[in-house]
Amino acid sequence: MYQFEFHRPKSLAEAAALLEANEDAKALSGGQTLLPTLKQRLASPSDVVDLSAVPELKGISVSGDTVTIGAFTRHVDVAKSAEVAKAIPALSQLAAHIGDPAVRNRGTIGGSVANNDPAADYPSAVLALNATIHTNKRTIAADDFFKGLFETALDAGELIVKFTFPVPKRAGYAKFPNPASRYAMVGVFVAETASGVRVAVTGAGPGVFRAKEIEAALAGSFSAASLDGVKVPSAGMNSDMHGSAEYRAHLVTVMAKRAVAAAG
Amino acid sequence: MPTVTITVNGKAVTREVEARTLLVQFLREHLSLTGTHVGCDTSQCGACVVHVDGQAIKSCTTLAVQADGSAVTTIEGLADGQTLHPMQEAFREHHGLQCGFCTPGMIMTAVDFAKNNKNPTEAEIRQALEGNICRCTGYHNIVKAVAAGTAAMNG
Repeated sequence: MYQFEFHRPKSLAEAAALLEANEDAKALSGGQTLLPTLKQRLASPSDVVDLSAVPELKGISVSGDTVTIGAFTRHVDVAKSAEVAKAIPALSQLAAHIGDPAVRNRGTIGGSVANNDPAADYPSAVLALNATIHTNKRTIAADDFFKGLFETALDAGELIVKFTFPVPKRAGYAKFPNPASRYAMVGVFVAETASGVRVAVTGAGPGVFRAKEIEAALAGSFSAASLDGVKVPSAGMNSDMHGSAEYRAHLVTVMAKRAVAAAG
Repeated sequence: MPTVTITVNGKAVTREVEARTLLVQFLREHLSLTGTHVGCDTSQCGACVVHVDGQAIKSCTTLAVQADGSAVTTIEGLADGQTLHPMQEAFREHHGLQCGFCTPGMIMTAVDFAKNNKNPTEAEIRQALEGNICRCTGYHNIVKAVAAGTAAMNG
């Protein structure tokens, strides 16, 4: 790891000022992706700004039809939240199966979504549930947020503060995890929302995307049976030592069926 | 260089460290607590698991400066003098180790798990150990040991 200056700001304003003052500064949330990246010397930030002491980024609350989760909320806290489990059980299920217990004790929802790893779990929930991303500058709709491989709509130095998730009628998540890393080979989040059926796929392509074929089939009838014979095109999907694009395309329908079954 | 104060196994220690020092380097190289191991160094194998403020974390994927002000427990901090911790005793009793390299991380993960799961099923134990790899393939006895240790801790 290269040398850097370490900061632990006590407020959102202080954190934002540190990041804006230096374009080579990097925000540190749970560190479960950033630290391995630094260890491999794939990044060399001049300054690392630890967000762990920023109070504005913390907390979970449920009010009416909205679940609000602060960016610095760890996976373990989402997984164990009785409020989240009651309002959006699929979201707590997803959080409970990210990585492994030690990773869940450090990793955060804000870090995961801001990093936008193409095989991360959370982006699929944010997109399928039609969540809103609140930053220190503006609000961004999920449909406008994800821009492909590790790219998002966030500007340099812009920080996610919290997420608001509208409570869906029902939702489910199923993933086929890579057995070593537990990242999703393919993960599918299905949701029946006020604005119709939304289905988001992670792991299969260069970034999270909505599966229109699955959405159309479920709009007719929200059942696993309605996905019989539905095919998702493999063009553009990932092909690697773990599976071909065709294999992943097939898995999308299989995981979508399991997610619908889980949604009940 | 930043100065950190970390309570390690009950004793507060203050040291100057480079910001890039990993918690596992701090424990092993600065404090000579070599019970915490480095296996894969890529946060997959779990040999480096310690507790920070009571929760199991991978110390190869945490900076020492992130643990500033926290309480850290390592494998050296579990036993009460000559009396093994119930989870250590369970690993000894059930032969939950072969070469022993993964054992400190296994036990630290298991202790945190046992605090939150009083009466787990075998499947839950196996899931809890997803982030700990044993290359001697000794999982069967490790699972037995975690079940016995969990019962002993909560008995």
